Amino acid sequence: MTAPILDANFALNVALLLMLVVLAFAVVRTRSLLAAILLLTVFSLVSATWLMVMDAADVAFTEAVVGAGISTIVALGAILLTRGEVVRVNWKRQVVPGLLAVIVGGMLIYAVSALPDFGDPASPANSHVGRSYLETTKHDIGAPNVVTAVLGSYRGFDTLGETVVIFAACIGVALMLGFGPRATLAPAVDTLGDHHVVLRVVAKLLIPLIILFALYVQFHGDLGAGGGFQAGVIMAVAIILHALVFGLRDTMAAVPARVARTVAVLGVVLYAGVGIVCIANGGGFLDYDYLFTPQVEAMIPPGLLGDPDHVHHWGQHFGILFIELGVLMTVAATMVTIFYGFAGRTVDAIEARART
Amino acid sequence: MVDALNWIGGGFIVAGALLSILGAAGVLRFPDVYTRIHAASLTDTGGATLMLFGMGLLGPFGLITLKLFLVWGFVMLTSPAASNALANAAYSSGHRPRIGNFQIVGDDEPEPSSKGAP
Repeated sequence: MTAPILDANFALNVALLLMLVVLAFAVVRTRSLLAAILLLTVFSLVSATWLMVMDAADVAFTEAVVGAGISTIVALGAILLTRGEVVRVNWKRQVVPGLLAVIVGGMLIYAVSALPDFGDPASPANSHVGRSYLETTKHDIGAPNVVTAVLGSYRGFDTLGETVVIFAACIGVALMLGFGPRATLAPAVDTLGDHHVVLRVVAKLLIPLIILFALYVQFHGDLGAGGGFQAGVIMAVAIILHALVFGLRDTMAAVPARVARTVAVLGVVLYAGVGIVCIANGGGFLDYDYLFTPQVEAMIPPGLLGDPDHVHHWGQHFGILFIELGVLMTVAATMVTIFYGFAGRTVDAIEARART
Repeated sequence: MVDALNWIGGGFIVAGALLSILGAAGVLRFPDVYTRIHAASLTDTGGATLMLFGMGLLGPFGLITLKLFLVWGFVMLTSPAASNALANAAYSSGHRPRIGNFQIVGDDEPEPSSKGAP
């Protein structure tokens, strides 16, 4: 399958990939870590655009939200606690890492030649697993978005693993940086000055919209791109925006660190609990067809989701809904906890500076 | 009719893209932080407005038009606010705008400086 050189899609791919290469070199070359972080944000946005061109809407969404959104905030929080400048290293010490990078890069480029063409229907991924998912999703699960069906149901166990990994990240960061300052220690708003009026007004308008959008992404995940991971990050961003504009003290009064870490635990518990309920009802772990006993399933009105004649897989439907909710809770709470951890360290640093 | 709409819509999108390129040139060429923010902010919102309007002409009238309008509202809300925050941060961290041969030294009082000094 050869693409003509002047195909618009091809040209777009080349342009975006070239931008990625240029950005990657810029990130490596720049001495200022702050500039590197911002360039990495642009890198994430461009790669999200590129993934969108490749028709991978879910991945593009995640890249835009996580890569360009939350990781920038976390990295900026880390910069506040460090020097923010690259230390110049003797070139002799860079020889071995440089050689390693060249070798690994060469191996990767060599491996590319063995990859199937983009969209090749005969490639292993498209001809076996992917094809059977496409064929059976409608019958087995009934979710219009196959990505959601694979992520939530067929590979529900993997997604549980991912959720636990995020939870582990929450614990790891909290162990290193703490769970955040006591709200009373955080600087009050009035010490920030009053020249942020525009920001406050805009943030006040935006925060409800961001949370609404997060809920849309959450509950629309069955039908289109989106789901618990993206929605969780968007929700966390709304809370972090509140903290940045209105001050940490107000945010920690609204969402205390204790609540955040409890919700992170509850999310994992909800996800795993759905699996346990399925076992208790005679199925396998996360086998949503057994989520409801027949008595419960009989109580669901057939017209709950519109068309009463359509055969609904209620177990699958609610199973995916519940586990996505668990993912949302864990992801959002983890991001907020990590942010609180960084913010707590920053408050400590300010306190220490004031004391000396 | 549809053909003419396509041409007009395409024209708007190209105009928006050109404006954005102009803004990028301004960010690179202008002398200080504030003029650069000014260049980026105005061309950003202007370019987005032109492009979204062009897209509205290209697409079918209806839900898509409404969505594009909402996107426009979002851009008009966030982009100027971000520029404001940026300029605010620059001022708070001690950057003062360059005006002619003068450099603002104090808070508001412009003081004559040696000619052409940054």
